[in-house]
Amino acid sequence: MRVRILVSFKDSVLDPQGQTVKNALHTMGYAAVQDVRQGKVFELDLAGTTKAEAERLVPEIARRVLANPIIEKFDWEILKGR
Amino acid sequence: MKFGVVQFPGSNCDFDTFHVLSKVMKRPTVMLWHKDHDLQGVDCVVLPGGFSYGDYLRSGAIARFSPLMQEVKAFAGRGGRVLGICNGFQILLELGLLPGAMLRNKNLKFLCQHVHIRIENDRTDFTRAGTKGQVLRVPIAHFDGNYYAPPQALKEIERNRQVVFRYCDAAGRTTEEANVNGSLHAIAGVRNERGNVLGLMPHPERASERILGSVDGRTIFESLFLSLERARPGRRPAARRKARHDR
Repeated sequence: MRVRILVSFKDSVLDPQGQTVKNALHTMGYAAVQDVRQGKVFELDLAGTTKAEAERLVPEIARRVLANPIIEKFDWEILKGR
Repeated sequence: MKFGVVQFPGSNCDFDTFHVLSKVMKRPTVMLWHKDHDLQGVDCVVLPGGFSYGDYLRSGAIARFSPLMQEVKAFAGRGGRVLGICNGFQILLELGLLPGAMLRNKNLKFLCQHVHIRIENDRTDFTRAGTKGQVLRVPIAHFDGNYYAPPQALKEIERNRQVVFRYCDAAGRTTEEANVNGSLHAIAGVRNERGNVLGLMPHPERASERILGSVDGRTIFESLFLSLERARPGRRPAARRKARHDR
């Protein structure tokens, strides 16, 4: 099974990189862009894992390693397999 | 009194720290390898600066899983003194020994310069050789030094007097310009609630010899020496209090 995990800053945490990208987009004339949040993407290949197991395993991995829960949140989805 | 400097792949202030502790301050010091499980009986663990594991994932995020760091965590749990400098501070945050997290510097630049920090609390194991309000001139060299803690945690850190150093100007004033990396409350160094673990972003080991332009960093090492000497069995304040009570 392949899963994708998206880690980004919590809404309450300032994202200076996202701000810089937003400012660049405004300079280029993309006035419609209201806000930019930058994050990280991880794709994990899980061997012999059922959907129920993935639902336990992936959030655990995200919380313990991939994201720092003090400043970051995460979302995840199954890309392949079930 | 024996010091241990932990080496990770990517540490680059390990030898500077070892040099200052062993040659300048003349205290027995050993190098500790991150894969080992043995703290070799040291009285104080120092996590040096650098880029452990290339800062992959987040600064300090991988180093905290090293076998030796589990020993360091247990050592700190027993009241052992732990000092984290720069990347060492970031590792202590990731390990959960200190509160908060690091964000990228506010101007998104790697900052490599001398700064001033003010001693906020001189009744700590790391500042007792100094005085409250004293300004130290020490260098920083980091990308992720923008200290962050959620509002409630920040309140507790302040209430518990865990802030040990704040960025300030040469006169000791905390200004927005002096807070070069944008840290909340201009926090440059913070300790745990118990007071035996300190993390700071500036490098005291790079400011401990005249030839390097400042010896202000020595205050931190000298404070540690005083604290460790006081911690000899039978001289602990708590032990004395108990003895008086028994009488």
